[in-house]
Amino acid sequence: MSQEKQHISSYTSHFVVLITLIILTGISVAVTRVEMGPLNTLVAMIIAGAKASVVLAWFMHLKFDNKLFAIFTALVLVIFLLVLYVTFFDYSYR
Amino acid sequence: MEKITEHTAHVHRDDEGDKLGMWLFIFTELLLFGMLFLIYAVYRYKNPVAFQLGGEELDVFLGTLNTVILLISSATVAMSITAMQKGEKTKALILLGTTLFIAVVFLINKWFEWGAKIDYGLYPNSENLLELGHGTTLFFGLYYVMSGIHALHILIGIGLFVFVYRQIMVNKINKTDYVWLENVGLYWHLVDLIWIFLFPLFYLIH
Repeated sequence: MSQEKQHISSYTSHFVVLITLIILTGISVAVTRVEMGPLNTLVAMIIAGAKASVVLAWFMHLKFDNKLFAIFTALVLVIFLLVLYVTFFDYSYR
Repeated sequence: MEKITEHTAHVHRDDEGDKLGMWLFIFTELLLFGMLFLIYAVYRYKNPVAFQLGGEELDVFLGTLNTVILLISSATVAMSITAMQKGEKTKALILLGTTLFIAVVFLINKWFEWGAKIDYGLYPNSENLLELGHGTTLFFGLYYVMSGIHALHILIGIGLFVFVYRQIMVNKINKTDYVWLENVGLYWHLVDLIWIFLFPLFYLIH
């Protein structure tokens, strides 16, 4: 067991994170009404990515836990994006 | 020999190892859903109009409502861990109970949402759907499979919450030993994480 004391997140910090996530959800829904063509999907994914990062960092405690967990998570994300890239590269040139 | 007896008396515990195991499981889950998102991306790329029309059939209000309550449940389970760490057992139980309640409400909303679609004749292999063509069939096929597997995760989460609630009641999970609660929390945040992407990709297609 590690000797260092466990980081305890306060109720307030969880509440602030929650409000942030709800505001981002609101923006995501509102921005759908703005006509931006293909950019709409991009904006929706950027907001979803921001929400996911907040959940991972604070709720899932990656910000405070062993950095190894955060590095592994980033690697999984990179693998996924690579597969996505290769797949679309393939489909685009068929 | 003396040393061995001494060693067996020591109860081995490795909370960080437990968490690492949970994270490895989460990675397999991320890749599972990741591949479903990949299939979604390719089919949407090939059928952009059908996916947009399909998306407009979905109930944005119910989708948004479920997003918000799922976010709240993520916060309450995180707060229940805080309560447990501070040794506030009753608070932890109330917050965990709230999470459990919200998980059930999410499924009830899903029931109504799916019910409305099915009444409307939009379900896999329905005559209505087959008439609407290939792209729409793919959209609703993915909608049912992806939100279905997600709902299955909610159902498993409910089971885990009931288990953890009991463990806290009998003090098996306590102020000094709460890694079970943390791991169930991690699982629940994963369920939330996946919904964060499902919601815009199905309900908010423009």
